[in-house]
Amino acid sequence: MRRLVLLLAMCAVTAWAGEAQPRADDPKVEARLVVLAEELRCLVCQNESLASSNAELAEDLRREVRKLIRDGMTDAQIKIYLVERYGDFVLYRPPVKPMTWPLWFGPFVLLFLAVWGLWRYLRHRKALVHQRMSVTDNAQAESLLKE
Amino acid sequence: MKKFLIPLVLFFGLVAFLAVGLKRDPREIPSPLVGKPAPAFSLPTLTGDKLFSPADYKGQVWLFNVWATWCVACREEHPLLVEFSKTQSVPIVGLSYKEVQAADQANGPLSDAAKLSLARERSLRFLQRQGDPYKLSVMDLDGRVGIDYGVYGVPETYVIDREGVIRYKQVGPVTPDILQTKLLPLIRSLEKS
Repeated sequence: MRRLVLLLAMCAVTAWAGEAQPRADDPKVEARLVVLAEELRCLVCQNESLASSNAELAEDLRREVRKLIRDGMTDAQIKIYLVERYGDFVLYRPPVKPMTWPLWFGPFVLLFLAVWGLWRYLRHRKALVHQRMSVTDNAQAESLLKE
Repeated sequence: MKKFLIPLVLFFGLVAFLAVGLKRDPREIPSPLVGKPAPAFSLPTLTGDKLFSPADYKGQVWLFNVWATWCVACREEHPLLVEFSKTQSVPIVGLSYKEVQAADQANGPLSDAAKLSLARERSLRFLQRQGDPYKLSVMDLDGRVGIDYGVYGVPETYVIDREGVIRYKQVGPVTPDILQTKLLPLIRSLEKS
């Protein structure tokens, strides 16, 4: 509980701190950092990206990513570097693999099941209507309507 | 009758699903490092001029505990670690993680040497007062080693085996329950193998 309060307090700071100040010393590196950091999750304030979080760890990780960019690593390599340490969790877009299949395809399966259920239900109801109105019922109804 | 049951079953299924989700701790992120060799580093120790690296402890099982004096939850687990160290089971190596914080440098950044001496002074004072469970502590001033170990919430505790492979990672304070049910059995089985 205490940890949760602490965590909330840390996140509250970021609420007004807003976007991390970009450093002007190398605009090219900064531009790449910002794009990349938008795709990465801050591990302390889990619903913030690395770009927008002001947590200490986010700052450290930005510093690290900045260094890796300068070292000439590609974006994919930097992502691998972080995934090796923090797991797929740091990626806002998790990779498609058996573990994440339910995540990626689950909604479509649910949609398919819902449509299939609806179709079955409607067909069943139509059949019911036809069943209830037999030929003699129909004739009777028509004669009643004519009166 | 049967039709009436279908939505009910679906509803309770959903409730059970969400209840399980609520019970899980979102702070606990599975570490990709478990089962992998502990990342190498070479850092100054709390006392003395020698550097320590994980390779020095190859051939024995040890605990690696990430801590800092500013970390409230570390104080919570500290007495338990002190008690554990008295059992002479396996050595605990401390990683003093970012002891000098941004707030300490409000009046301008400190030099690395100044940071190190400030961090040492504070850590030593803390350990003198609260007891020292560590065989030795290493100083990770800028948190870079912490990043290599995937540290995101201090305290964290790693169990490292004879081959230098991380076998378990605990995020958050070690509780008596976790010590008894997870750490001790694992240490015992690792020491036998």
